[in-house]
Amino acid sequence: MSMLSLGRIHSMDTCGTVDGPGIRFVLFMQGCALQCGYCHNPDTWSTDKGMRLTVDEVLAEIEPYVPYYLRSGGGITVTGGEPTLQAPFVAKLFAECKRRWGLHTALDTSGFCDPSHAEELMAVTDLVLLDLKLMDQERHMELTSQPNDRILAFARWLAERNQDVWIRRVLVPGVTDDYRELTLLGRFIARLGNVRKLELLPYHRMGVYKWEALGKEYPLEGIRAATEKDVARAKAVIDAAETSDLGQGYPRRI
Amino acid sequence: MAKLEDEVRKALTEEHPWRNFADGPWQERVDVAGFIQLNVSPYEGDEAFLAPPTQETLALWEQVLELMKRERENGGVLDVDTETISTIISHAPGYIDQTRERIVGLQTDAPLKRSIQPFGGIRMVVDACEAYGYKLPADIERLFTDVRKTHNQGVFDAYTTEMRTARKAAIITGLPDAYGRGRIIGDYRRVALYGTDRLATEKRKELLELESEAMSEPIIRLREELSEQIRSLGELTEMAKSYGFDIKRPAANAREAFQWLYFAYLAAIKEQNGAAMSLGRVSSFLDIYIERDIGEGALTEDEAQELVDHFVMKLRLVKFLRTPDYNELFSGDPTWVTESIGGMGLDGRTLVTRGSFRFLHTLYNLGPAPEPNLTVLWSEHLPEGFKRYCAKVSIETSSIQYENDELMRPMYGDDYGIACCVSAMRIGKQMQFFGARANLAKALLYAINGGVDEKLGIQVGPKMEPMTGDTLDYHEVMRRYDEVLEWLAGLYIDTLNVIHYMHDKYCYERIEMALHDRDIIRTMATGIAGLSVVADSLSAIKYAKVRPIRDARGIAADFEIEGDYPQYGNNDERADQIATWLAETFIAKLRKHKTYRDSIPTLSVLTITSNVVYGKKTGTTPDGRKAGEPFAPGANPMHGRDRKGALASLGSVAKIPYESCQDGISNTFSIIPKALGKEDETRVSNLVSMLDAYTATGGHHLNVNVFNREQLLDAMEHPELYPQLTIRVSGYAVNFIKLTREQQMDVLNRTFHGTI
Repeated sequence: MSMLSLGRIHSMDTCGTVDGPGIRFVLFMQGCALQCGYCHNPDTWSTDKGMRLTVDEVLAEIEPYVPYYLRSGGGITVTGGEPTLQAPFVAKLFAECKRRWGLHTALDTSGFCDPSHAEELMAVTDLVLLDLKLMDQERHMELTSQPNDRILAFARWLAERNQDVWIRRVLVPGVTDDYRELTLLGRFIARLGNVRKLELLPYHRMGVYKWEALGKEYPLEGIRAATEKDVARAKAVIDAAETSDLGQGYPRRI
Repeated sequence: MAKLEDEVRKALTEEHPWRNFADGPWQERVDVAGFIQLNVSPYEGDEAFLAPPTQETLALWEQVLELMKRERENGGVLDVDTETISTIISHAPGYIDQTRERIVGLQTDAPLKRSIQPFGGIRMVVDACEAYGYKLPADIERLFTDVRKTHNQGVFDAYTTEMRTARKAAIITGLPDAYGRGRIIGDYRRVALYGTDRLATEKRKELLELESEAMSEPIIRLREELSEQIRSLGELTEMAKSYGFDIKRPAANAREAFQWLYFAYLAAIKEQNGAAMSLGRVSSFLDIYIERDIGEGALTEDEAQELVDHFVMKLRLVKFLRTPDYNELFSGDPTWVTESIGGMGLDGRTLVTRGSFRFLHTLYNLGPAPEPNLTVLWSEHLPEGFKRYCAKVSIETSSIQYENDELMRPMYGDDYGIACCVSAMRIGKQMQFFGARANLAKALLYAINGGVDEKLGIQVGPKMEPMTGDTLDYHEVMRRYDEVLEWLAGLYIDTLNVIHYMHDKYCYERIEMALHDRDIIRTMATGIAGLSVVADSLSAIKYAKVRPIRDARGIAADFEIEGDYPQYGNNDERADQIATWLAETFIAKLRKHKTYRDSIPTLSVLTITSNVVYGKKTGTTPDGRKAGEPFAPGANPMHGRDRKGALASLGSVAKIPYESCQDGISNTFSIIPKALGKEDETRVSNLVSMLDAYTATGGHHLNVNVFNREQLLDAMEHPELYPQLTIRVSGYAVNFIKLTREQQMDVLNRTFHGTI
């Protein structure tokens, strides 16, 4: 095997149920270009840590559990870190999962990725879990250290390809859930047309200890976790924006 | 006029109890399975048809809850009848509230009043009375000490010195040598289908057949047993009559079928306080009667559910008088009224009926409870609606266990039931000699310490030179371990032979055996404790460096482990194959020995809650487990060592071969709700898939608990708020608040599978 076929892996979970449909093998890639203030896996940022594994080695970890994934309508989800940073490796892994077992493949990404870089990977990806952190350019910069135009371009590119997408938004009270922000998000989603599901993920503080362990200062100190009520409100705002923007007849999400 | 019509109808139905049933060989000979096959109505739908509790049910259950509360407040026992030795006909009829009960009959003349059952052993009765503030009359104690011998006395008359020592050292432990052995399932359905007259006639025929043979010891014994069985059927008839029912004839409608069947079960628990008094597989059988009544316009769904609810209420009231140290071993006052539900038929149709749903539905109508021990015989071919309902009930109540029908049906046919927790047997055609378990972790310490017990400091196992090297050599340990296991297997079988010889002689289960065929299969059901401790210990010795630290007596009292080693529970072949090797090796050794009544040796990997007590009696082991710390329950990986997630943990356990462990492989699985998915529907689907895949990959048994650790912590602080909080332990369920503090901590320390 050449060096190129090695992936830099942070960790894996054999029984994921929250990142895509059914029961899934979840592979956490090491390395991310964004530095989100609410990240619950800051230990996956660095690009020079993690274990280096071949595609075959990862496949061997998946194999014993394939009956669980197939029976549940699940599959494999690659997340991170940012998986598109290692797109050739993930593409190869997905292709093999499909060839050997016919597994459903999902990519959990920030979308901070150039389409030309992702072409090969998208050909073997069934579902993209796309995390749209903020629609507002400036505030996106503050939260993640990067602008969001590349991300939005990537989302539009996926729409052109009619790639199945679940949009995710982490609801951080007072940071990502104000009325204007959610309305912009609703309108954006309505125009895409390839969004099959919207997931609102309530911000939690269970990753704080990892920041401390890494000796990093936690940027969202003093911000509370989101409640069920926050989620219900956000959903109502987004729904209203989607329908008012396009009215009847636009493709409904499932 | 209407009254007259009712009477005419009643007379007609009684004359034709088998009306509208499909004819078949079951009419010519006792054949309940054949009857079910011809008459069952498989149900492929969902739970929408189920009825809520009736007003009568709610009112009656309220009374039962109040009684249970008083029992708890009274220190665990409400009342004891110390004057009357319990037999089938010993007590006058008892009621909770006669005006409301659709199904009647209690163990004594009042609900939750416990009886004395001294035939298994008088010591247990004396101690139990004392522990709860009662005094057994001196003449009864004398009667069962000086006049009438008990099972317990018989066993100790025959035990060898070595057996007594092994028992004291707890290398073999939990033996049924002081009380009823249990784990025998009478085919209680036979009473409903045939009536006691017909059953007694069949038994008389069987007895007559034995008049032509030479009077060898087995024939003499069998003739005596058959005569006892016939006598017990007479007493069963008499007991039912005292409640106003004539069960000599077959049951003529659903209510009678429930009542007849319950009387038969009641007779069994009035005579036997066996560790597990399981019910069998009755829900789809009873459904046949319900379907017929509904078809005849004589019963509504509300009334059908009412029958099930009232029957289950009775099963929740089953109580035995036991000592507190028994409860320390098997916590929460369990009775293992196990009911096996679902499964597939040999003809490819499902055996799931509306009745299967109704039994599970009692967990809503009456709230969750550990008894009856509801056991779903799982197959991926079960109807989707039933699978989803089971998963929903599991998620909401944590009160169901699952066992692999695809593994068991080829071995036992489609009319088997589970006794106790994981022991499968053909109903009415097979029984087992319950054999508790051998402590294989302690056996490993014997191999290291030359047969000297690490706690008592005396020679218990075969005498060998103790190992003296600085680090433990894997091949040397294995050679010695093999020798210890060889010795243990022989001693274990011999001990069980003594126990079951005496139980047959002094505490024979006459009514349960009256509801069996005459010629049956018997198994010698041995068990092991410490599977994961041994697997990890041997793995540590093989793959890391283990240095024993010896005390003044020269006994390895502690171990230093240098380096990592693969652990059982992570789907790592290196550790898992040691666990498999252990099960295969030990059963092979057991099979070499002559067993009582030519029973077939079987093996279980099941500890129930006794993993805590076994741990207490076992010194530090080479896997790093400290002296006194609990073992993992059943075939579970050690707490916290299954680090690669839920599926890896399930994968390791599924590898233990059922062929070697035909008495069952128990796995208790706890998962937090969130880890099953975000939405309710998703959680149900994911749990169904998990059960499908676990059974398809060879897993035998799974207890499913779905809750958060915080909920249990709160229940420890505020038990009064959680009177019905039920959790699955190894092979059965318990009321969480009835566990000892130590056992509650053990549950909390187990691995909760969850992702954040």
